[in-house]
Amino acid sequence: MGFYVAQLLTGLANASSLFLIACGLSIIFGVTRIVNFAHGSFYMVGAYLAYTIVTTLDGGIFGFWFGVVVAAVIVGLLGLLVEVTILRRIYHAPELFQLVATFGVVLIIQDAALAIWGAEDLLGPRAPGLDRAVRIMGEPIPEYDLALILIGPLVLAGIWLVFHRTRWGVLVRAATQDREMVGALGVNQAWLFSAAFVLGAALAGLGGALQIPREAVSLQMDLSVIGDAFVVVVIGGMGSVAGAFVAAVLISVLNAFAILIFPQISIVLPFIVMAIVLIVRPYGLFGKEGSEHGAPSEPEQPLRLLSSRATIVVMALVFALAASPAVVSDFTTILLVDVMVATLFAVSLHFMMGLGGMVSFGHAAYFGVGAYAAAMAVKFAGLPMIPAMLIGPLGAAAAALFFGWFCVRLSGVYLAMLTLAAAQILWGVTFQWQDFTGGDDGILGVWPAKWASSDRVYFYIAFVLCVGGIWFLRRVAHSPFGYGLRGIRDSDVRAEAIGMDVKFHQWMGFALAGGFAGLAGVVFAFSKGSVFPDVLGIGQSVDGLIMVLLGGIHALAGPIFGAGVFVLIEDWVSRLDYWRFIFGAIILVVVLLAPDGVAGGVDRLLRAVGLRREERA
Amino acid sequence: MNVLEVRGLTKSFGGLVAVEDVSFDLAAGEFLALIGPNGAGKTTCFNMVNGYLRPDRGSVELEGRELIGIKPRRIVRMGVGRTFQITRTFLSMTVLENVQMALISHHRRMYDIFSRATRLYRDEAMALLELVSMQEQAGRACSELAYGDLKRLELAIALAPDPALLLMDEPTAGMAPSERVALMELTAQIVAERGVSVLFTEHDMDVVFAHAHRILVLNRGALIAEGTGDEIRENALVQEVYLGGGTVFAAAEARDA
Ligand SMILES: Nc1ncnc2c1ncn2[C@@H]1O[C@H](COP(=O)(O)OP(=O)(O)O)[C@@H](O)[C@H]1O
Ligand SMILES: [Mg+2]
Repeated sequence: MGFYVAQLLTGLANASSLFLIACGLSIIFGVTRIVNFAHGSFYMVGAYLAYTIVTTLDGGIFGFWFGVVVAAVIVGLLGLLVEVTILRRIYHAPELFQLVATFGVVLIIQDAALAIWGAEDLLGPRAPGLDRAVRIMGEPIPEYDLALILIGPLVLAGIWLVFHRTRWGVLVRAATQDREMVGALGVNQAWLFSAAFVLGAALAGLGGALQIPREAVSLQMDLSVIGDAFVVVVIGGMGSVAGAFVAAVLISVLNAFAILIFPQISIVLPFIVMAIVLIVRPYGLFGKEGSEHGAPSEPEQPLRLLSSRATIVVMALVFALAASPAVVSDFTTILLVDVMVATLFAVSLHFMMGLGGMVSFGHAAYFGVGAYAAAMAVKFAGLPMIPAMLIGPLGAAAAALFFGWFCVRLSGVYLAMLTLAAAQILWGVTFQWQDFTGGDDGILGVWPAKWASSDRVYFYIAFVLCVGGIWFLRRVAHSPFGYGLRGIRDSDVRAEAIGMDVKFHQWMGFALAGGFAGLAGVVFAFSKGSVFPDVLGIGQSVDGLIMVLLGGIHALAGPIFGAGVFVLIEDWVSRLDYWRFIFGAIILVVVLLAPDGVAGGVDRLLRAVGLRREERA
Repeated sequence: MNVLEVRGLTKSFGGLVAVEDVSFDLAAGEFLALIGPNGAGKTTCFNMVNGYLRPDRGSVELEGRELIGIKPRRIVRMGVGRTFQITRTFLSMTVLENVQMALISHHRRMYDIFSRATRLYRDEAMALLELVSMQEQAGRACSELAYGDLKRLELAIALAPDPALLLMDEPTAGMAPSERVALMELTAQIVAERGVSVLFTEHDMDVVFAHAHRILVLNRGALIAEGTGDEIRENALVQEVYLGGGTVFAAAEARDA
């Protein structure tokens, strides 16, 4: 019995930390409708700052708690800086922009932290006065855990008071429910948004600062916590602080007991719980309908076909690509294969996201399933390359059919979160199922057939598959099916009113996009000769999002430019020190200065020189 | 013969009874108006007929077939077109493409991944646009249209599958007074030419009297009168609702403007 109580108390202590970071995220989303990827970075910076202040002061009980509070305040100010310089300019941009912009902030803060605190993990001090364990029912419980168990509800009560007893809090709640109304009341929105962002950031900083006696401070803290924090916010209902608390307790306590039965589960458990909750309650436990969408965006322009002159230009470029291995070095040939893989991946993501309006935070899942399915077909079934290349996309499409069935029942941010959950579940399984997938060691020796083993021959295989795939998806975009997807994105009510089966149509679109992501994964696997779990990871998914954004979401050609630019920049930048900082800065520059991406710029150029058809139907 | 037979339709939201025991018939080729002040329950009635809302009680029969429990998209396929109180169109497409989409769906070619959507049913779509005098605007992006044009576009879209019955929820809401009259005239003319039966809602009485064959008056969820324009004008109860409750009426106007 005592053992289970101890387990429960550990769960509750974890719940408090999780709540602190998640409630800030939820408040920020509720008011500004921004999905803040950088929230994990605020948490990490809070931990680093607290470490520095507490160890420098070395001032006993007072020094510790003073350090924690000051760290939270400084992180709040950091939040203010980010809000005023970056986010304030993009509140009316599509969700994707905001997400990618905050990811740019993640990269910048990561390298800044590396420069300031170094790459070594820092072991924090124990909390003075709370550094022992007390015995509860015979089991030793750290005093600090008990303190955390108290702090969570105290913060919840504090937020409740602020939200119900101050004018500002009432406005925050009103804004969460109905943003137009607040605008109509004549409230200074800019001020309201900044304040909400500062509060949210400070809470994340507090969460991180309070973590130093429990866990070493490291540069991985940001991304490792953000996944769980998203999950908690989504389960609780976007914008609901009480919901975040309930969800944090639910996840942490479930986890504390589940690991007793099945130790490997903790990586995927939160995502499984989230998937179940979303399927049963599409807006989370305490969320309301209508809380799922970010700011409304500008309507897109109608699709137009390329003029015959532009078609000639495109054909010439494709031929130039086809002929390039004869001219360029082997090294460049390999790089071009990377570009083609990335482009097909980005085009497939754009297909479901740009055309279908289904933003995916986990598109890498299908890229990875394709890669793994092919690799396992070679490794375990001993299949030759060509059949394995067929199995990859089929496997990816099957996975997309399975997860997509659940995902298309949701929309907006909730859909995006469920795609993330699906990807994390697949990643967790791949990572932990050592015997089958090789776990962390991946699967090695996935080489092309002998006849295809030279860089040049493989280039042409990749060329046929990738350029063919891109051509096909473009075709579908112009077909009734593709138009149907766009129609649903524009207005699902209208789509239903002309007799369309909205969910089924989206489901098929999801599966098609997944299948082609899988094809990209297959080409990738054979070009590298190996696969590792990170092909399914958040990083790979975010790369895809950045490519689509860099290229411009509103143009069919966008992902093509985006992927090309992305791979070339990455190839160049990743050789430098602090490449994350540079990359993050590039992302921010694009988001802030060229919101229609490379394709938008090229489009304006084409119109100027008359290569794009302007003529109307 | 009756196209539509509605019996005992009832719906409440929480404690509020939005529609209570509403029954009426719609004859073939009839232009029937459902009027009543804002909040009377007109949209709720509509959404039960076209499948978007499930009633608590009652039945809706289309040419003898029960519609309750059938999905909206199937009801569309059974020959019931609709327009919305607040227009719903595909804003990223051109005017012509919006009509083509309705035709593509009607001909069950939505899952075609090889044809070019813009080349399908062009002439038919153009003919529909001519019907509502929108042919000049065919190539314009839908997002650039004036509100009155969007309403006419919706009419063309609704007519695309050649429906037997057309449901129009406040077709003139949000339009300038002169435009309202023109749109109702156009609708009345189409009804006469194509033999479509129409049920439309309206809170503005003037628009209704000129064209409706028959008028139903809804107030607080219940039908309080039924008859021709003149009969309704004379009806004491209706006068009380509209004239006595003149403020309600004026407020509704202001909100829609
Ligand atoms: N989904 C809903 N939930 C709760 N109440 C509703 C809902 N839809 C309509 N109502 C209420 O039902 C009544 C009738 O509304 P509605 O049918 O829209 O009226 P009308 O179209 O005649 O203006 C109104 O009081 C409205 O507030
Ligand atoms: Mg209405």
